Amino acid sequence: MADLLQHLINGLASGTIYALVALGYTMVYGVLKLINFAHGDVMMVGAYLGYSTAQRLGRPAQSSLGGVLLVFLAAMGGCALLGLGIERFAYRPLRDKPRLTSLITAIGISFTLEYGFQLDFGPLPGAAPRAFPEIIRPREWFILGDGDVVIWNWQVISFLIAVALMVTLQYLVFKTRFGRAMRAVSFDHRIAGLMGIPTDRVIAGTFMLGSALAAGAGILYAIKDTAIHPLMGLYIGLKAFVAAVIGGIGHVPGAVVGALLLGLVEEFVVGYTASSWRDAVAFGFLIVVLLVRPEGLFGRVAAEKV
Amino acid sequence: MWRNSLMLLGLWALFAIGCEQKGAAPSTPPGATADKSVAAAPAETHAATPAAPAAAPLTQGAADSDGVLFGEVGSLTGPEASFGISTRNGIELAINQANAAGGIKGKKIAVRVYDDQSKPEEAANAATRLVNQDRVKVILGEVASSNSLAMAPKAQEGHIPMISPSSTNPKVTLVGDYIFRVCFIDPFQGFVMAKFARENLKVNRVAILKDQKSDYSLGLTEFFTRKFTEMGGKILTTEAYAKGDSDFRAQLTAIKAQKPEAIYVPGYYNDVGIIARQARELGIPKKIPLLGGDGWQSYKLFELGGSAIQGSYLSDHYSPDNPAPVVQKFIAEYKAAYGSVPDSLAGLGYDAARVAIAAMQRAPDLSGPTVRNAIAQTKDFPGVTGTISLDENRNAVKPAVVLEVGDGTMKYITTTSP
Repeated sequence: MADLLQHLINGLASGTIYALVALGYTMVYGVLKLINFAHGDVMMVGAYLGYSTAQRLGRPAQSSLGGVLLVFLAAMGGCALLGLGIERFAYRPLRDKPRLTSLITAIGISFTLEYGFQLDFGPLPGAAPRAFPEIIRPREWFILGDGDVVIWNWQVISFLIAVALMVTLQYLVFKTRFGRAMRAVSFDHRIAGLMGIPTDRVIAGTFMLGSALAAGAGILYAIKDTAIHPLMGLYIGLKAFVAAVIGGIGHVPGAVVGALLLGLVEEFVVGYTASSWRDAVAFGFLIVVLLVRPEGLFGRVAAEKV
Repeated sequence: MWRNSLMLLGLWALFAIGCEQKGAAPSTPPGATADKSVAAAPAETHAATPAAPAAAPLTQGAADSDGVLFGEVGSLTGPEASFGISTRNGIELAINQANAAGGIKGKKIAVRVYDDQSKPEEAANAATRLVNQDRVKVILGEVASSNSLAMAPKAQEGHIPMISPSSTNPKVTLVGDYIFRVCFIDPFQGFVMAKFARENLKVNRVAILKDQKSDYSLGLTEFFTRKFTEMGGKILTTEAYAKGDSDFRAQLTAIKAQKPEAIYVPGYYNDVGIIARQARELGIPKKIPLLGGDGWQSYKLFELGGSAIQGSYLSDHYSPDNPAPVVQKFIAEYKAAYGSVPDSLAGLGYDAARVAIAAMQRAPDLSGPTVRNAIAQTKDFPGVTGTISLDENRNAVKPAVVLEVGDGTMKYITTTSP
């Protein structure tokens, strides 16, 4: 019973991170119908930016409230700029080209980031894994029985940060002018352009937003799993993409639910059967969902315009 | 039509990225065997010697009589990077010393180094290149058993002797009679830790967390389990993870529920450090030590594991605390060149290169079969990681040490002989 509860907590913790990454996938897909395969790697860059900011701040400052805020802001700001750059120079020139072209470009960017960060120069720490500084000093928040179930402060804080980021996003998409423009562009970007919406700027904004979320996820992930390395975005990007598809790609709360479900499924598979089954079950889950509801759990069926 | 050409362009771009990555690894363009670019082995960013000036005397020494070319494959980047870097330093030190003492039969030694990015498939490619294109006389590498296993068939087919400094899985040298190693093998290493757990720590109940993608980890798990149960201990559960994972909480929660007295984690340092942290975080107390093998050996273990890994034990090849003059001399020379105390992988790299050099000095000529025979006859070679004699399966028979992980150091506990 105790370990069931512990598995539940572990699963929610990984699901939260998947959710933040999945949101970026879903937003970009919703607006551009582009699967941005570099998204997981933007998350990795976010973790590295957070790492170097924390290193620069040094020992006591990095775990103060201001220090933690600065780490998050630097990483999210840096990644927003990176997202802007990627959109401007890699995707925008190809926007009216066949979709396959953008997809291959996305894979190219993903590789460039993954292997570029293996280089060891200047502020880049190179290929070897690094321990991420403890910007949130780990402390046990809640202990049940004789240490049978443990919840840590950073697990709670991460969860709250993730929820806050998601609520902000929801507000931004549905309650602001920018959000309305975004939804209009996602409907049809040519028509939206004719209506006077600055499509380029809205799309760039979407990329910046998604990348900033990914950076936040990157830091939370690094706090959770304590080490960062250049290929860390590879699997988590893939998993988050699966989560977004399960929830119905393009649907914001769907991505969150899909991600939490995926995190829990994985945790229970590893905890109660063999870990070799984890990925098989995760992707099997995706297949089942797509068989039963091809549009994902929350997705809406859209008639293909012919 | 234009759509197709765009796709081709995209594919070409991907291909180019892929090639660049491979091309960046070796420091020199393939094809040149005796010019100075080859002799400049440490051209890849090494702090010790600026490559070009160091290379010049080497090439002059080897002028026209084409020096002796060694091949090396190592994980200079990727998750196991510290293995490859330590080993390369050890090999480089041995070769520089041999060259200063006159080289092999009056010829200077040069080494062609390839980075395999800690991936078996890249290791196999590199071995093929060393055999077919560079036509090296001997191949040194790899550390990880899975990577050595990928390389060994290439060396065997090409009849080029290969010496693995530190792959301990028994299957490696069984690939063929051209494959050697200068370290002990996992049945012994598993025995050492099982004996230590039973006799020194006096534990009865152990859980195992293995890496199911690594031949090294699977082998150690098998041998440890066999020995530990033979000695009357009980294995409660064997959980598994896969290389590349970074969340081990599910497995550790399952292990914790079994209430073990120790946890055997025969993995590599990059995973073990994180496992230790997550174990402590889930409330597995420090009085339950983690036990492991030589794969833990890296200064990175301290950084990744922090205080969570302190008080845990590993079996290893050598201890820098060993007062033997041959060891202390090596440590002093290594420190002078690279500024740090050599770990066991550096020591084994050094020994592997010296075994190869000594064999070539004894051999009547430098053809593959002759060098192979000379290496096979290695007996009582005074290595820094112990006296090296190769048995009929081309494995070194050597004692092992048990070390305790401290705060940034490894403390010597005991030695076990075969």
